[in-house]
Amino acid sequence: MMRRSIILGILAVIALTYPILTIESPVYQRLGALVLLAAIGASAWNILGGYAGAISVGHAVFFGAGAYAAIAVYTHFGLPPIVGAPVGAAIAILIAAIIGVPTLRLSGHYFSMATIAVAELVRVLVTNWEFVGGAQGIAGPAVPRTVMDLSFISAMPYYYLFLAVLAAILFLTWRIERSRIGYYLRAIKDSERAARSLGVAAGRYKLYAFMLSAGLTAVGGSLYAIMFTFIDPESGLGILISVKMLIMAALGGAGLLFGPLVGALILVPLEEISNSLLGGKGAGLTFVAYGAIIVIISRFLPGGLLPLLMELFHRKPKAAATGEQREANRVA
Amino acid sequence: MSSILLQVIVGGLLIGAVYALFSSGLTLIWGMMNVINFAHGDFVMLAMYAAFVVWTVFGGGPLASVPVAALFLATIGILSYFLLVRHIMRGPMIAQILSTFGLALLLRYSAFWYFGANFKTLPDDILGPPIVIGQIRIDAPRLLAGIVGLVVCLLLHLLLTRTAVGSRMLAVSEDETAAQLMGIRPERMQALAWGLAAGSTGIAGALIATFFYTSPTVGESLAILAFVTVALGGFGSVPGALVAGLLIGVIEAVSAYWIGPVYKDVIVYSLFVLVLWVRPQGLMGKV
Repeated sequence: MMRRSIILGILAVIALTYPILTIESPVYQRLGALVLLAAIGASAWNILGGYAGAISVGHAVFFGAGAYAAIAVYTHFGLPPIVGAPVGAAIAILIAAIIGVPTLRLSGHYFSMATIAVAELVRVLVTNWEFVGGAQGIAGPAVPRTVMDLSFISAMPYYYLFLAVLAAILFLTWRIERSRIGYYLRAIKDSERAARSLGVAAGRYKLYAFMLSAGLTAVGGSLYAIMFTFIDPESGLGILISVKMLIMAALGGAGLLFGPLVGALILVPLEEISNSLLGGKGAGLTFVAYGAIIVIISRFLPGGLLPLLMELFHRKPKAAATGEQREANRVA
Repeated sequence: MSSILLQVIVGGLLIGAVYALFSSGLTLIWGMMNVINFAHGDFVMLAMYAAFVVWTVFGGGPLASVPVAALFLATIGILSYFLLVRHIMRGPMIAQILSTFGLALLLRYSAFWYFGANFKTLPDDILGPPIVIGQIRIDAPRLLAGIVGLVVCLLLHLLLTRTAVGSRMLAVSEDETAAQLMGIRPERMQALAWGLAAGSTGIAGALIATFFYTSPTVGESLAILAFVTVALGGFGSVPGALVAGLLIGVIEAVSAYWIGPVYKDVIVYSLFVLVLWVRPQGLMGKV
């Protein structure tokens, strides 16, 4: 426990001083902010996909709800984008409640397929909805009016904002992990039937996890929109948005508190480097690399990287060794 | 019934037969081993590019491109099985879903990188002028695609239900261990299923390429169409996929005609969610 606190303390100091250490290079500051932003989305996804084991490939819907709400309150009411964040989160939670009831009954692959279809459905609808800019998308304040617009030239304010939000999400996840609900969710993930037979109201807790995950994903979407001040159907609702959350969580370790952050720490710099090295052509190759990484991870390391790292430090992964993975090891 | 509506319905049935064909592949794999191939739409995309390459490099029409695409895709299917799917089948759910998803990204963006994002099309008159029957005008490529789709679907069904190989595959899908005790090698049958599934997808893709634009991301919407078809027809049922494919082709065509082309996807995707909600076992599937 002592050692864990020391490691966490060192990591926290690094995270807090990173923008100051990189004060000379805005590129690295921006990279740090992007890593945190990606980690926010992936950590939010992790609550449903990692802990409850319902693999959503449609979280872009919630991301988009947050992003669109942030920009829409500006374009239609002239409010600062941040005001849209709670609106977006509320919409996302509502959508999750509506689509969660029918889809969460579906198991495994069926749920993933259904979430893809819902996300594509929403994307097509928004693309043809002029209120939110249709296919062109909508832009936020071009010039900051007050500090409330949260429009900064330096990436440093974004960095600390994202760090605070990520810390809050991770703290919340940590509390859930330790609570009764956390045990319920992991029991459901191991075997929904067994959990039900022991009296766990699986449907209800999965729905709670879905709604929480959706609301937090929307916050990530709002933060994205505040930083980039523009959103269109592709950048807000594209399938790659959902896939990225999934990959980062899975690469680091789905169902582990710091798994998504580890995934983001690896994938975001990789994406930025390959985009800047390869230029326009790079977009394609970046995702080729993404695909290859996913295939390799799922084939050789289904538990993600974090359990492996922890083993290197002679420590047992905490929540990783679920029955499902033990089963996988036994068969392999 | 107005002749325009009739024309729309015939067009829907013809494209529906092609949907049925590539959805048969998805449903076959699901029926054999409870794995959804999320890269299925990108298999279709690869076949479309194969047809495009056959046309631009060798000047070959569908007669040449269909067998080439079928063989190419069958190879890719069997490779995917041996290199990837075989290893993740008993792994955790997230690994199962991620693996074919990763494969999808890999294929989609390799095509993006190699062929570029631009739409490619084959010449309209690759099979000669449109055919006119009564008041209905049908483009020759669509007619060919519909007929071949229907025939290959039926052949696949006959193979699965009327031959010894089909029985062996059925045995493996019902109980791997029992099948093994009867001297059937499950791995061979599953590899064969992947080969057949990807091969028939290859035929479908080469046919679609004759009248539809080819782009790296075309597989995304085709995959969802296949999901809808398979869900509606019942997971694992080839005749179900055929009926559902024809139905979806018609629904899509009629809603594009009545409500507008933009909303045909909305109708079809809503139908999908509705089916999963109300009748997850589909029209003809077993629970």
